[in-house]
Amino acid sequence: MIRRTDIPFERDQSTRFLPWIVALMVFLGTLMFAVALLVSDAVETWDTTLTGRITIQVPLREAAPEKVEALVEILRSTDGIAAVRALPPDESRALLVPWLGEGVVGSGLPVPLLIDVEVAPGSRIDPVVLEARLVETIEGIAVDDHRAWLSALINLARTAELLALAILALIAASAVIAVVFTTRSGLAVHSAIIELLHQMGARDAYIAGQFQIQAMLLAARGGLGGAAAAGVVLLIFAWIGRGVESAFLPRLNLSVGDWLLLLVVPASAIAISMLTARMTVLRALARMP
Amino acid sequence: MLRFENVGMRYGVGPEVLRDVNFSLAPGSFHFLTGASGAGKTTLLKLMYLALRPTRGLVHIFDRDISLTPREELPALRQRIGVVFQDFRLIDHLSAVENVALPLRVAGAENVEINEHVRELLSWVGLGDRLDARPSTLSGGQQQRIAIARAVINRPSLLLADEPTGNVDDRIAVRLMYLFEELNRTGTTVVIATHSNALLDKFGHPVLRLNEGELTVQRGKPSATAKPS
Repeated sequence: MIRRTDIPFERDQSTRFLPWIVALMVFLGTLMFAVALLVSDAVETWDTTLTGRITIQVPLREAAPEKVEALVEILRSTDGIAAVRALPPDESRALLVPWLGEGVVGSGLPVPLLIDVEVAPGSRIDPVVLEARLVETIEGIAVDDHRAWLSALINLARTAELLALAILALIAASAVIAVVFTTRSGLAVHSAIIELLHQMGARDAYIAGQFQIQAMLLAARGGLGGAAAAGVVLLIFAWIGRGVESAFLPRLNLSVGDWLLLLVVPASAIAISMLTARMTVLRALARMP
Repeated sequence: MLRFENVGMRYGVGPEVLRDVNFSLAPGSFHFLTGASGAGKTTLLKLMYLALRPTRGLVHIFDRDISLTPREELPALRQRIGVVFQDFRLIDHLSAVENVALPLRVAGAENVEINEHVRELLSWVGLGDRLDARPSTLSGGQQQRIAIARAVINRPSLLLADEPTGNVDDRIAVRLMYLFEELNRTGTTVVIATHSNALLDKFGHPVLRLNEGELTVQRGKPSATAKPS
């Protein structure tokens, strides 16, 4: 018999658009957040898998087994090196197949011997010093610690991640503005009832609470819809990108933890809407006697 | 209960609509407020139910100086004031029961208590069979009785009514006046704004008379009719 709200929000035209606005913002926000998570995951992968490694190229003409064996021994006895592995020729060639194609690689292309070196955690190896030392054993050797090109790539990725988070913040700010205007419109439309409740002795929190619940319901409707749509888009994207497997490219599918983290976006949209509506109403009511 | 000292009121930079208003209402008193249209009755009522603050002078209500009372303490004072508006101000999307229940809900009463009291009061004002009706489906007189029921549901210390008998026939008007007198006998201070000289004569309570923003207090006359036992 007793209604939950005294204010007839369902008659308020301006509230009809809020779920759509929130849905759109949550959709974009979820995608942006997913991009930030994917980039962050990729940077972390690069950091852990590549920065702790050094690749040594031995020209094919110098790659006699005894020379390579001597080189591996020198590396194993070097401080700060945890593991050393000479890649079999087939494995080295396989690395080139995605770039040059099976035909070119299989047609007798001289592929240098690669030695994968894992640096011990917390240790630093100076590639120039190491190269100078190894050249004494094998002429024409090259030491690559990936750092030169990787640091630029990580910087780029970090910038993209920050940009995605900045866009997310702008989307949140836009949501706040939309809720403020909708709430103000509601205050104007229902001013007579608000004045009546105020006269009856309703505390500001009582009136603000009704707007807050209304904002929560509208934002929940829009937020969950927007998040669901973004989820579908991300699943389609992951499905399309499932064939693009590479250690170099970031993976395009999110982990269970990432999916759970994405729920922060609609939850935040609902919380921001409630809080914004409440603050807007309380500020307006403070002007009443 | 209520005291006005040298109260003046103007809207913006306009002329004063109330000038040097001085009067006091004793607890449990019953007054009529009258005056020509534009004399300032509505403004005086708004000052009494704390919808306005005076531009000068002091308003004391329930032993509190309003000018010194923090804003957050005013809702508790307003909850002790029942108001019957001339235009009723019923909420269209709420039923009769829900409209009357509003002051109790605002005060934080439990639903069970609300249901019991509201239904009883609506039956008393002759609307026991229209509990779930929306105001738009009711006559002017029925709406007025809902507005009155809403004003008295939480047994206010002060009841202010603006032309409460303006839209009802004489029989209902007298019945409503008896309701106000009944409330008054239980301790509620009552102020009824009216244009009706017949009502003033019939019930004989003291009169606050406004004339171009100035207020005079007239003592009551003996009642012309016997009150119901």
